[in-house]
Amino acid sequence: MGVPVRSAERMGEKILQSVHNTGHAMFMLFEAVWFIQFAFGRRSRKETATQLYITGIKSLGVITVVALFTGMILALQTGLELRRFGQEAFIGSAVAVSMIREMGPFMTGLIIAASVGSAIAAQLGTMTVSEEIAALEVMSINPNRFLVMPRLFALIVMMPILSVYTNILGIFGGAVVGATQLGVSMQAYMDNATQFATNKDLYVGLFKALIFGIIIATVACHQGFMTTEGAVGVGKATRRSVIISFLIILVVGYMVTRLFYI
Amino acid sequence: MIRFENVTKVFGNKTILDGISFEVGEGETFVIVGLSGAGKSVTLKHMIRLIMPDDGAILIDGEEITGLRHAALHEVRAKFGVLFQSAALLQWMSVRDNIALPLRELTNKPEEEILRVVDEKLAMLNLADAGEKFPADISGGMRKRVGLARAIIMNPKIVLYDEPTSGLDPVTSRRIDDLIVNMREQLGITSVVVTHDLHSALSIGTRIMMLHEGSIVENATPQEFIRSKNETVQSFLESQYITKKGKWEGMGHE
Repeated sequence: MGVPVRSAERMGEKILQSVHNTGHAMFMLFEAVWFIQFAFGRRSRKETATQLYITGIKSLGVITVVALFTGMILALQTGLELRRFGQEAFIGSAVAVSMIREMGPFMTGLIIAASVGSAIAAQLGTMTVSEEIAALEVMSINPNRFLVMPRLFALIVMMPILSVYTNILGIFGGAVVGATQLGVSMQAYMDNATQFATNKDLYVGLFKALIFGIIIATVACHQGFMTTEGAVGVGKATRRSVIISFLIILVVGYMVTRLFYI
Repeated sequence: MIRFENVTKVFGNKTILDGISFEVGEGETFVIVGLSGAGKSVTLKHMIRLIMPDDGAILIDGEEITGLRHAALHEVRAKFGVLFQSAALLQWMSVRDNIALPLRELTNKPEEEILRVVDEKLAMLNLADAGEKFPADISGGMRKRVGLARAIIMNPKIVLYDEPTSGLDPVTSRRIDDLIVNMREQLGITSVVVTHDLHSALSIGTRIMMLHEGSIVENATPQEFIRSKNETVQSFLESQYITKKGKWEGMGHE
């Protein structure tokens, strides 16, 4: 009897802790969203500009490489299959629709969660264990306005922009593979791509990117604030931030697709 | 000014504070001493409600703070400046920006006035040349002084010091002690200092309270503290080679 009761108690405690953590994360998010109106106010504009730069400009290098190769792999895999049926001319639409609807926002989300999200969790985690967050609270400086809002704002703004950038480079990467490996001219590739991709695909993709940005900011900031146990805790928070962001991005990506396409 | 009434705090299965009651009067330098894990920093954090008690009441200027909402809590916290153990400076900001932070975030003062006030504090704490440096580029003692400058920039009535001399060499530790005494003598600030350094406690304190296993074992003036009959206090004094005779005889602030 003892062991099952203890297990049930532990499970109950974990569920309660999860509910508490989710509530804390949601409160933090809502407060940060409220403070977005002050993103370019006198007190926040410098930090907002810094976060826009870190999230947008400093992520361009890795996003460029990943986007190009995602498009190239998509074109090569689908092109090789389509060539068996003599339909390789259709790789333009296959790559464009896949990139715009799914792969653009998804790959951008994963890259930003792994680079920017992990950096946010590590920074806020370090600030938490070194009592910098407590110092802000004691000074009556709201950490959700001072730290979370600029990061949330930067991710909300930059994720759709970076997603469009990923789409463009991915489609271009596919065109290069089409022209060099599969014998599909650039002109034919682009004609086919623009024929089948719709505005709805673009809007849904941008919506996904926006949601992914909110997810990454919320998870990373919350994990940072929840950090305990010094340097080891910072490592754990960073790892949890990336894993949780990945999982939520996958699930939410599927749900948004289902919502708009079924 | 600060009053604890039967405050209890439990973490997991461990009782950190076991119904402690004490009072800190205006203008005092109240020092809390004890072994590591005795609950000194936890007591300090209760005063600014960074930690909530499980039971009991905490009153600041007669106002019970455990149930306060945001705005009222901010008003109470505005009475405090806090020097954290690690100084808790924001690493990406220069020394000048760290000290100016509360003024920039909480007031509408023009930038020229903010910089003037910051430069005054820098000069007061012998940091005039350190304004443009970053926390990672300055020594531990300087970081503590920057933390102290930030803690007093809003002219608080009470300053809390969490282990202000830990990790510092003896000479720098005595300089920090002198600064704490100056805060009381020159600015009339009430101070609560958490330390395990009894030499420091006896030098700066007007009252010394010792915590042991969640309870108060002594709360007395330095002169009374050094003559305490309590065995735990005696043992703590002896561990730091402090005797009733010699250097500490008749010392302490009345």
